[in-house]
Amino acid sequence: MINPGEIIETIKMISEENLDIRTITMGISLLGCADENTERACAKIYDKITRRACDLVKTGEAIEREYGIPIINKRISVTPVSLVAEACQNADYVKFAEALDRAAAETGVNFIGGFSALVHKGYTEGERRFVRSIPYALAATERVCASVNVASTKAGINMDAVLEMGGAVKQTAELTRGYGGIGCAKLVVFANAVEDNPFMAGAFHGVGEGESVINVGVSGPGVVKRALEEVRGKEFGAVAETIKKTAFKITRMGQLVAQEASRRLGVPFGIVDLSLAPTPAVGDSVAYILEEMGLEKCGAHGTTAALALLNDAVKKGGIMASSYVGGLSGAFIPVSEDAGMIEAAASGALSLEKLEAMTCVCSVGLDMIAVPGDTTAETLAAIIADEAAIGVINSKTTAVRVIPAPNAKVGDIIEFGGLLGRAPVMRVSEYASGGFVSRGGRIPAPMHSLKN
Amino acid sequence: MKAVMTVIGKDMRGIIAKVSALLADNNVNILDITQTTMQDIFTMIMLCDITEKKIEFAELADKLDRLGGELGLSIRIQHEDIFNSMHRI
Repeated sequence: MINPGEIIETIKMISEENLDIRTITMGISLLGCADENTERACAKIYDKITRRACDLVKTGEAIEREYGIPIINKRISVTPVSLVAEACQNADYVKFAEALDRAAAETGVNFIGGFSALVHKGYTEGERRFVRSIPYALAATERVCASVNVASTKAGINMDAVLEMGGAVKQTAELTRGYGGIGCAKLVVFANAVEDNPFMAGAFHGVGEGESVINVGVSGPGVVKRALEEVRGKEFGAVAETIKKTAFKITRMGQLVAQEASRRLGVPFGIVDLSLAPTPAVGDSVAYILEEMGLEKCGAHGTTAALALLNDAVKKGGIMASSYVGGLSGAFIPVSEDAGMIEAAASGALSLEKLEAMTCVCSVGLDMIAVPGDTTAETLAAIIADEAAIGVINSKTTAVRVIPAPNAKVGDIIEFGGLLGRAPVMRVSEYASGGFVSRGGRIPAPMHSLKN
Repeated sequence: MKAVMTVIGKDMRGIIAKVSALLADNNVNILDITQTTMQDIFTMIMLCDITEKKIEFAELADKLDRLGGELGLSIRIQHEDIFNSMHRI
């Protein structure tokens, strides 16, 4: 029998340190749903999703009950819709988003990802129209998440798409201005997007994936923070070792839930994404982990080094705990969803420039950051370009999810509620980047893309 | 199928009697019990065989939860695999 100390340790992690499974995400291929008629394609999409995922929420809840581990979200990711809609004559993309929204509501999931396009090297005619429809689709739906991949290490950066997405972010904020521009919380601009990410808003079911798959995202910043309290003042080897051991335990639990969900649903297990994903709940913060390492406030000099250590140790600890690790795996640094990041940004300790540096070593990028409402589309595009460059050059995934909150000024607080939290509006450079981002064309792939 | 039941809270008379009566009523067999009191906090861990339980797992968990509420204790029942997977390779 497992010894009592270990049993109590697990129970404490769950009840006091916010340990949970962040998401069970079912990936569903929609490639077979293509049709030249929009209505028929949408009907096929709705039927396929509701058929495949009808037991997802129920199964997740049963596992949650039997194992006594909270499973916060049950979600669905689908094939990038731009590909499915490519066969349509005069496709009405908003109708595709509405079909996804209805399917999400019917299956009981809170988000569905995959209103997406992969345009890192260029646009097809359909993809160009698709990208322009994104703001309208996000304004017309509640549960649909959109993402666009504008760059990759292999292809370089599609600067036409970068400029277009700066405009799309701005327009999405305007169209959802009654809700603080919340549509932007459901729109991610990627470089090196991964095909098996279970986390929203950037999840989609890649074209290299099978018919259907179960991916699981674990979490647990609070558990890591608590474990590090035990090695306060010790040298970095002890810090790394503690994070690794904790990440191992967390990931083992993710693997168990993933296998069980896969077995019960009769859907192959894909990957466990061993990310530390914070929530606005006190004690569930990545920033607090960095501060526990000895920084007065997240954002102080040394924050990038602390985050690099954390991100690396999480992967090293988790990799042996799961048979297949994938997705984004590492540490997320969304500002509005992390109590410590919110405090650091509101107090001025954490700037957009420091966050950009942190994205060189975290698992994704600039995430859930509110910027002033008068930030121009060109400046937003330039922020995307900088972030894409970091991803392309460092062969990692980066992303931008910013909210130019309408009418908001630096220092205001935008309330999104729930897991999306609250965001202090951060300062952006007052100098223009329009001359740069409007050149058009593609920034070539870097030297190290030529590996063959 | 085995499950781990944990009872955590303030020590009082009759905890084991009440919990084990509920388990017996529902045809759950107790395989092992450990019990300690740390700083006045009573902690009891039971390993149970629930293969022949008369009711659904969720219903059993609800009943234990209600009993815990009546006694002012926290009573959980969880599949043993969650502990095995986290602490054993």
